[in-house]
Amino acid sequence: MLRHRVIPALLLRQGGLVKTRRFKDPVYVGDPTNAIRIFNEKEVDELMVLDIEATRSGKGPDFSTIELFAGECFMPLAYGGGIRTLDQAARIFDLGVEKVCLQTAVLSDYDLVTRIASRYGSQSVIVSIDIQRDWRKRPHLYSSSAGKRLSLDWLGHAQRVIEAGAGEILLNDADRDGMRAGYDTDLVRHLAQSVSVPVIALGGAGSLDHLREAVLAGASAAAAGSMFVFHGPHRAVLITYPRYQDLERILDVSA
Amino acid sequence: MKTKVTLIVKIISVLDYGCGNIRSVIRMLEKAGASANRVSTPEEVREAQALVLPGVGAFDHGMGALMERGLDRALNDAVNNHAMPVLGICLGMQLMCRGSEEGRLPGLGWFDAQATRFPDPGLTRLPVPHMGWNTLRITKQNALLSADESDQRFYFVHSYRIQCNDPGDVVATCEYGDDFVAAFSKANLFGAQFHPEKSHRFGLTMMRRFVEWVHAAA
Repeated sequence: MLRHRVIPALLLRQGGLVKTRRFKDPVYVGDPTNAIRIFNEKEVDELMVLDIEATRSGKGPDFSTIELFAGECFMPLAYGGGIRTLDQAARIFDLGVEKVCLQTAVLSDYDLVTRIASRYGSQSVIVSIDIQRDWRKRPHLYSSSAGKRLSLDWLGHAQRVIEAGAGEILLNDADRDGMRAGYDTDLVRHLAQSVSVPVIALGGAGSLDHLREAVLAGASAAAAGSMFVFHGPHRAVLITYPRYQDLERILDVSA
Repeated sequence: MKTKVTLIVKIISVLDYGCGNIRSVIRMLEKAGASANRVSTPEEVREAQALVLPGVGAFDHGMGALMERGLDRALNDAVNNHAMPVLGICLGMQLMCRGSEEGRLPGLGWFDAQATRFPDPGLTRLPVPHMGWNTLRITKQNALLSADESDQRFYFVHSYRIQCNDPGDVVATCEYGDDFVAAFSKANLFGAQFHPEKSHRFGLTMMRRFVEWVHAAA
């Protein structure tokens, strides 16, 4: 039986591994290559590395760092951050990365999804839908590079990127990022019921129960950052990942 | 007088036809103890001792890329006339079939099998592609997958699934809604729908066996 995936989502900033809260205040966590090596030994389902400054700084993807990561991964690896062109995506795939994660560039260029998907297949393109709520708690599409909410309808945007060829949607919740209080399961459910491609929930996970809630809400995969890099209330750095048997038990939603 | 012992280490070639994650496959082969290289021309295919046919993306794009480069003829020659061992992975396995619902081009036709699309997610409530870790049911004893490893799991990502017309070719099945063929084999050919190069120690074990199998082949 297909088990739902549990994906550590690692954030990069200037070559270091960091962790944010609500997309802000990046705290240095450690050396990313070392962390990736540990996650490989722990046999994680899949790994996602997102460079949170590649777009903002204008530098684009750091190919030599990506190559280092790919060499440590004997599981699927997704990379996101600063990808604007098919050539950049091609180079990333050639380094041994399975999936690219697009966000900012898609907002002005839906065809980028199509160009990559038609050459490498839809399964290799994730589009990140970043969400932030207004004062009335209504979800909006959020541009992390611009640091503001957009007027574009978030669900319409998701449907449009799927039509363009996206094979997975990463639902990235800015308000819950780093809070470890659980996912917005209503939002996850709303998206999962509206689309036919796998949905990856990210933002808010702090426990195995939270992962289960995302899966029950219809997510194909539950991703988390803090949960796998921090331990305890004082956020001491500790790279962890649940045991396979625990995941199997917790994520069995057939019963 | 000393006896001279010559160890013959075969090189396993990974075919680069612009449709797959070559680097990951080479890395896993090397981790499995093999000498591996990247090849891309018909001449290199004809000279290869063993081959991995990887592949991601659309069927016609993959088959078209093989034909454009004259690789389909070289592959047929190597397999039909020289019994070269070949491991097809994901799209590579589907290209070994007669064809696919996904495209119009004929496949290599080494297996009497075809790829069909998973049913509409609207009806089954199962997202397509089938993506993630799944378990196998080993249906036939074979050189690469053992039924004794009950905890083994493999990474899949595909929207089309294979059905064999000759049940004798099937070595492993997987369940996603219905059963489909996860691995098939005959003579010196083996196909896996999943990605052993991305399946941790389970994929590594299979790749080690592939390396042994290649060296055991005449």
